[in-house]
Amino acid sequence: MSKGQSGLGKSTLVNTLFKSQVSRKASSWNRDEKIPKTVEIKAIGHVIEEGGVKMKLTVIDTPGFGDQINNENCWEPIEKYINEQYEKFLKEEVNIARKKRIPDTRVHCCLYFISPTGHSLRPLDLEFMKHLSKVVNIIPVIAKADTMTLEEKSEFKQRVRKELEVNGIEFYPQKEFDEDLEDKTENDKIRQESMPFAVVGSDKEYQVNGKRVLGRKTPWGIIEVENLNHCEFALLRDFVIRTHLQDLKEVTHNIHYETYRAKRLNDNGGLPPGEGLLGTVLPPVPATPCPTAE
Amino acid sequence: MSKQQPTQFVNPETPGYVGFANLPNQVHRKSVKKGFEFTLMVVGESGLGKSTLINSLFLTDLYPERIIPGAAEKIERTVQIEASTVEIEERGVKLRLTVVDTPGYGDAINCRDCFKTIISYIDEQFERYLHDESGLNRRHIVDNRVHCCFYFLSPFGHGLKPLDVAFMKAIHNKVNIVPVIAKADTLTLKERERLKKRILDEIEEHNIKIYHLPDAESDEDEDFKEQTRLLKASIPFSVVGSNQLIEAKGKKVRGRLYPWGVVEVENPEHNDFLKLRTMLITHMQDLQEVTQDLHYENFRSERLKRGGRKVESEDMNKDQILLEKEAELRRMQEMIARMQAQMQMQMQGGDGDGGALGHHV
Repeated sequence: MSKGQSGLGKSTLVNTLFKSQVSRKASSWNRDEKIPKTVEIKAIGHVIEEGGVKMKLTVIDTPGFGDQINNENCWEPIEKYINEQYEKFLKEEVNIARKKRIPDTRVHCCLYFISPTGHSLRPLDLEFMKHLSKVVNIIPVIAKADTMTLEEKSEFKQRVRKELEVNGIEFYPQKEFDEDLEDKTENDKIRQESMPFAVVGSDKEYQVNGKRVLGRKTPWGIIEVENLNHCEFALLRDFVIRTHLQDLKEVTHNIHYETYRAKRLNDNGGLPPGEGLLGTVLPPVPATPCPTAE
Repeated sequence: MSKQQPTQFVNPETPGYVGFANLPNQVHRKSVKKGFEFTLMVVGESGLGKSTLINSLFLTDLYPERIIPGAAEKIERTVQIEASTVEIEERGVKLRLTVVDTPGYGDAINCRDCFKTIISYIDEQFERYLHDESGLNRRHIVDNRVHCCFYFLSPFGHGLKPLDVAFMKAIHNKVNIVPVIAKADTLTLKERERLKKRILDEIEEHNIKIYHLPDAESDEDEDFKEQTRLLKASIPFSVVGSNQLIEAKGKKVRGRLYPWGVVEVENPEHNDFLKLRTMLITHMQDLQEVTQDLHYENFRSERLKRGGRKVESEDMNKDQILLEKEAELRRMQEMIARMQAQMQMQMQGGDGDGGALGHHV
């Protein structure tokens, strides 16, 4: 799922990540399409293949997030959506006649795009991440990082990391879920040095030093997306796809989903949903559940 | 007309020459002596490079000890108005520049009341000027009216945001708006053109009145006309600000150093900084005139029209004031009575210097 205000390059980045047009870009919108009045949830599914491995990728975009004058509680539709997916899975799981492979529509990863102001996080960013880091894996990403010089970038990252820590926001990979020492050291390094990743996305190719590279062409130079000296896109890609993809799914299933499930069963007196006392109707899916943890 | 006089006159020997052609020079000398004042307001979300741009424009450091608050602090903050004045001088011409900053704009989660503070500030300046102008001693009227407002648009969006539209519509009848696209080094040339066009379309669609540069007079030279045409075609200006000197192509330029190249602030192919500066300098006078002739007059007529209705409420206020004054009088009288009683006790007890107690009514 990709979140953040419009124009931060979310669609371009997702396209670049998966090297295919999986996301419809806002610039190709019809001129009549305005910034939506409420936050919409748009899910588009694709099947992509590499090396014989097929993957069904669903990209959920949230146009309208953070664009209004009054953005209070604009995270509620998103929280509701995430919980609805958990609910769907739960219902399938407690069925008497279960499907062999339960269709998994749960959100495994949420890329949160931070605006590269160079100053600090915005109050909206803080509020959103506070609410949602408890229900989904959040990976903060600094968008359009070509607007910051190297010093500004490292200062900003430090500042963001500190703010997240001070406000108790646990982004993925969460410290408490590190399984062994090897994981811990690896994740510590990522948490304290690389994250949040400062990225630049592009789906256009240019010729640089005889090679064709993805990049952005400006009058003062070409920004190469996959050049580690220019931006950290390659790190993000490796992190999300090449090394931690399975872990993202596992943490979602073993931790976030289980937390949701435990709360739902608790609310229902230890019984699975659908079986109330004397066949009473179950309460509807709550919009903002508070997890029992912490 | 003797040769000893300074050669300010052209063709002094022409018959029929009176000499009032020298008026502009006199005006020029007096203006230079008086100095100029200009108030510029900058509005935009935090982190758009407003302060850096202002410092770059005027080659000064308006914010020497700046602490940038964190996000948690910003949740509590409301929009504030900070005015800093600096006197700069160039070749004997003095400019008293006031920059009005609006920290906190656009930061809150709910920005509904964002611009109330700003609008009341602008109105307050108009009100003060109106008051001074209607006063008895008009010798030293200080003009703190906002002559121009740079509205910073985010380069990250796809055009105007709802907040941008709402704000500009609220102030376009009060101040000259100059929209500026900030941090333009994040856009490629094509993206820049697209964004500018989109912004202009949306401005027209919402009937927002931004400041329009006046066309060059027909008697100006071609260069000036061409310059004006270029300026008009580049609105809104997309700018990059910086006061750091970077070494590029063998010389030191102001710019930003990236791993992929150097963005030069004063290079017209990189951004419109020079155009913005030129516009501001060559049209400072016009900006002041439009503020005086259009926005201020609007405000004044509205105010005086309202003034008729306001008298009624003032009458009622007068009654209220009378009542209040009477209550105060009663309180004072009670206080005097108490003090007199005290004095009497003292006089009975000790020396009689209680009589020297001065009553202040």
